[in-house]
Amino acid sequence: MISEKNISYISLISIFFIAIFSEYFNEPYLITLLSRIIIFSIAAIGLNLVLGFGNLISFGHAAFFGLGGYVSGILAIHAFNSELLISWPFLFNGSNNSLIIWLFTIFFCSLLALLVGVFSLRTSGVYFIMITLAFAQMLYYFAISWPSYGGEDGFSIYVRSTFFGINTMKGINFFFICFFWLLIILFITSKIVNSPFGLALRATRFNLTRVRSVGINPFRIQLLAFVLSGAITGIAGSLYVDLNRFVSPSLLSWQMSGEFIVFILIGGLGRIYGPLIGAAFFVAFEQFFGSYTEHWQIFLGIIIISTVLFAKGGIIGFMLKYQKNE
Amino acid sequence: MTAELLIEQFLNGLQFGFMLFLMSAGLTLIFGVMGLINLAHGSLYMIGAFSAAATFAFFNSFWLSLLASFSCAAIVGIVVEKTIIRKLYNRDHLDQVLVTFALILFFSELVRWIFGAFPLYLDVPELLNGSIEVFSGIYYSKYRLFIIFVGLIIAVFLFFLIGKTNLGIQIRAGQHDREMISALGVDISKLYTLLFGIGAALAGLAGALIGTIQSVEVGMGEPILILAFVIIVIGGIGSIKGAFIASLLVGLVDTLGRFLIPWVLQTVTNPSDAMSVGSAIGSMLIYILMAIILILKPTGLYGKQLS
Repeated sequence: MISEKNISYISLISIFFIAIFSEYFNEPYLITLLSRIIIFSIAAIGLNLVLGFGNLISFGHAAFFGLGGYVSGILAIHAFNSELLISWPFLFNGSNNSLIIWLFTIFFCSLLALLVGVFSLRTSGVYFIMITLAFAQMLYYFAISWPSYGGEDGFSIYVRSTFFGINTMKGINFFFICFFWLLIILFITSKIVNSPFGLALRATRFNLTRVRSVGINPFRIQLLAFVLSGAITGIAGSLYVDLNRFVSPSLLSWQMSGEFIVFILIGGLGRIYGPLIGAAFFVAFEQFFGSYTEHWQIFLGIIIISTVLFAKGGIIGFMLKYQKNE
Repeated sequence: MTAELLIEQFLNGLQFGFMLFLMSAGLTLIFGVMGLINLAHGSLYMIGAFSAAATFAFFNSFWLSLLASFSCAAIVGIVVEKTIIRKLYNRDHLDQVLVTFALILFFSELVRWIFGAFPLYLDVPELLNGSIEVFSGIYYSKYRLFIIFVGLIIAVFLFFLIGKTNLGIQIRAGQHDREMISALGVDISKLYTLLFGIGAALAGLAGALIGTIQSVEVGMGEPILILAFVIIVIGGIGSIKGAFIASLLVGLVDTLGRFLIPWVLQTVTNPSDAMSVGSAIGSMLIYILMAIILILKPTGLYGKQLS
């Protein structure tokens, strides 16, 4: 029996076991790919919260992904070099502890999301798309022209952050950390989406006047969703930087924002597990076609166009429809 | 700092603004009339530049390559409109963003496949080489003046087209009520194709003109596309007048900001800090400008009020 739930559980379990087998057969590259899939899907799950459930088309989520990455990278590089990060109100050298890095990431990304949200939620439709894009571009150009942290070239961090003494430099251990995050985020989002808050958010998609008439302030609902969404995508950015041990302005680029939207679309819009399926498909596609031709993006373009024009609902939607027809 | 330098930067800003107008005019018309967000507009700009570079390599003629730039871009634009874009008019913004994003991937990779990853260069023709005295003692590049001149002619042409001709009346009517004008016997799909073709031609021309100053390479369209979006949002989506004013505003603010802010900061901090902080702020300036304008007027300077 194919149902949305089953597809989701099967995909989670298979990712987990592919990782275990890859470790057993000594395929570290595959483990890195799986970690990438998971990180991308966390980022897209964050975006899906506002885009899929609130119909707020943010074209600037790379801002949160990149800020998460930069916050983590800056904390880690200062800790590595024992360089002073701030001297007031207390001396702080950065940190190499995952928990502290994640805490900072969540704090700064929520703050940025609050700021961006307050301004951009005043607008709607195409203006919303453009103003979120503009905020992300602002950060992108700032990162490029700010020389302290590598400017256009970015910078490397040499070791991954530590998590309770686990050797995170070993691929499979880092995979487990990412997988654990994915489970937490999936659990949280499914709780959020089905809570009264989630229902209110889903209602804002359809009719703002009706939402107001039952006494809910849609702006507050959307703003809270935007902040949660930014924090989740920020965590993904932090993990991504840790995975690659490299921070660059490309984390903030608008292509990144576009790819997050593509993950959601390929998987299935407004489905909790959609981004996971979409990101898995995207990375697998990149690997498969990328091994034949370096011009694989031509085929990606064709696939996206055909998905939008002919297969609305993405992979999950397609599978569910196929079942119904049978 | 000398007055000559300031005037030169001012003219550079003006020239940049006119080029941005070529990009944003098509974009704002396409959005205003068809309700389409076209991210692939930057690809048409790139196609124009590459067609020009290829023609230049064969015939070694700048004028011929200019002709090739807008005709090739228009042809590609019309083909894409008839095959793909047409299906998007009744879809929501998300689908439009995705399909046109995919078109960027497709065209960028296709061009990289055909032309390779190395940048190409176009030469300025003999006639426009060198500089000319614009005011007493102030010299300015002939080619950049030529760009300002072309931009001015096209602006006049567009205002005439929109304001005085039959086609313009149909375009303006289409912005207000699509169904009504098709009910009145206007072939709306022909109008859409034509409009998309005009927008593509202008983008292609801008690509060739800018490609001559900078280099012709894959990915050249995206930075300028994003600026064009900033412009149509500042100017108010659908308004040619708004696009014109916002183009010049953005061109001047961007060019002068990058130039003046480090210079102003030098008076308070040391030169190297002033340079780095100043260039960082300078590059963010137009986005700050856009955020401020949207906060004050959420539909842009000349935009229609949201219903």
